[in-house]
Amino acid sequence: MTRNRSMKIASVAAFLAIVFIAVPAAISLSGRIDLYYTLTSVALLSIASAGVWLTFYIGRINIGQGAYALMGGYVSAILVMNHGWSFWPTIPVAGLLCAAASVLIGLPILRLRGVYFAMVTLTLTEVARLLALALPITNGAKGIVSIPLPGALSVFGLTIIPDFATLQNSRLAFYLLAVTLMVVCFAVMYRLVQSRIGKLCQSLQQNEELASSIGVNIAYLRVIAYAVSSFFGGVAGAIFAAISQSIYPSSFTVTDSVNFMLNCFLGGLGYVFGPMLGTLVLYFGWDLLFQTGRLQLLIYSGLMIVLMLVLPNGLLSLAETTRKKA
Amino acid sequence: MEQVIANGLYLGAQYALIALGLTLIFALMNVLNFAHGQMYVLGGFISYTVYGQLGLPFVVALLASGATLAVIGALMEKFLFRTVIRRSHREESTMLLAAATAFFFDAVILLLFGEKQRGVPKIVKGVFNEAGIIIPYDRLVVGALAIVFIAAFVLYMQYSRVGRAMRALAQDRVAAQLMGVRVDRYSMIGFAMGAMLAGVVGGLLVTITGVNSGIGGPISIKAFLMVMIGGAGVVGGAIAGGFILGMMESVGLTVLREYGDVTYLAIFAALMVFLSIRPNGLMGKPWG
Repeated sequence: MTRNRSMKIASVAAFLAIVFIAVPAAISLSGRIDLYYTLTSVALLSIASAGVWLTFYIGRINIGQGAYALMGGYVSAILVMNHGWSFWPTIPVAGLLCAAASVLIGLPILRLRGVYFAMVTLTLTEVARLLALALPITNGAKGIVSIPLPGALSVFGLTIIPDFATLQNSRLAFYLLAVTLMVVCFAVMYRLVQSRIGKLCQSLQQNEELASSIGVNIAYLRVIAYAVSSFFGGVAGAIFAAISQSIYPSSFTVTDSVNFMLNCFLGGLGYVFGPMLGTLVLYFGWDLLFQTGRLQLLIYSGLMIVLMLVLPNGLLSLAETTRKKA
Repeated sequence: MEQVIANGLYLGAQYALIALGLTLIFALMNVLNFAHGQMYVLGGFISYTVYGQLGLPFVVALLASGATLAVIGALMEKFLFRTVIRRSHREESTMLLAAATAFFFDAVILLLFGEKQRGVPKIVKGVFNEAGIIIPYDRLVVGALAIVFIAAFVLYMQYSRVGRAMRALAQDRVAAQLMGVRVDRYSMIGFAMGAMLAGVVGGLLVTITGVNSGIGGPISIKAFLMVMIGGAGVVGGAIAGGFILGMMESVGLTVLREYGDVTYLAIFAALMVFLSIRPNGLMGKPWG
């Protein structure tokens, strides 16, 4: 047990060292500054995917994360542009507003299961896009552009985070921000899954009626899980809007929602860190295939099909089978 | 008013035919076929090639669309979906596969046919104009053909041996297997039929709206809407859903015109309310 524990601590430390020290060092040595943007995107997308994974954990297929990411982005952008807020408080506000919206939406639709839930959340993404086009506050198809970079954050006169506009390398700053949030997000997820609530969620995944019959408050649990999931989506969307300094109705579409779901599948639905690995592989795979030009989508989707045939339970199931053999 | 209803009926007939294929595949395999819209597009391009480019009769083009898609559907079931369903711990895994095949078809269509909007010459010329209703004849023909196909499909499912086997399979897979239904074989036939329907509609509609490589996704979403309205996995539900969506679209485009492009927003909102009251749609089995 103690050995297992020290193994875990060592691997977490190694992971932190890699993302916070090794990766920036390697990038500054190689001079590939553009990689910061890629890795920042991976970190943010994996936060949103983590949310989707959590809904998978209660046995629901969520293809609506794009809606919350879009909403989070717009909330942050509108608060910064129209109401003169600083960027930092808009992150939790965007997350909380998304969570609140998801409670309202989730109460009726979480009664649905299986493909019904999947299809409803899919249309939810479309609804969000159409709403962003139709509402006056979102500025229609033109979107909200030239959002300023995040300013300084100081508590009691002590500057914790410097103004991004004054930094020489704002990409590094965004990378550190996104990765920090990703680490926090997955730590929360890990804790949640190991907790009592996590076990109860697993009981929902297996059999809701049975769980309900032994006194689990299933309606409450699934709304909570869905709200946490949407919170992640909103946070990711808010930071994305700040990085690209713009948000459009087409910033997050059905394709993105589907991709969030695919990230979870690819990493493995049974593993908390599945979405992180899945996002990394899918995003980098797509980027690497860019050189193949017109064949990019063909190769990408072909590989995905092959991967699905060989490893239908996700990439992390590979580790499981090798461990069993050993 | 009559015009609006006529348009709605015409749209509904096409939509119902699209939804039928999706619901059939879902009923038999419990697979939500994300690639349905792409299959439709593929069918449209095949008809475009055969009828528009090679100049063969339209009937041949329709047959070619249907047959090609049926073969593709059968191969997909046999080599992709069956394998994944067998190996995976969770049946949702088929969704990744379905989404991946949708991307794959998108890529293939783009490579083979390019991104241009394609149309074909009209199959029938002239316009029907009486009693305040204006409908081009080709739309009438296509609408009528769609209704004929729907009727043929329903009759086939109801009275043929294959149809009976498939209905048994949809009702209870294990029980059907125990009664000696060859489950694998009929799953394959069902998938092929679903794909064929998508191809046939694509072939029919290329004569009116044309086809381009980008419309697969939106068509899939519309098909999902219809299936949700009617209830997943039920033939009657798919037909009802198709006609309801067609009618709503037609009415919405007329009534909500002055508010801009909000018809689909209104439809989505109505659907959310409707589903919170009836989670399984009009006729769906509980929890599909």
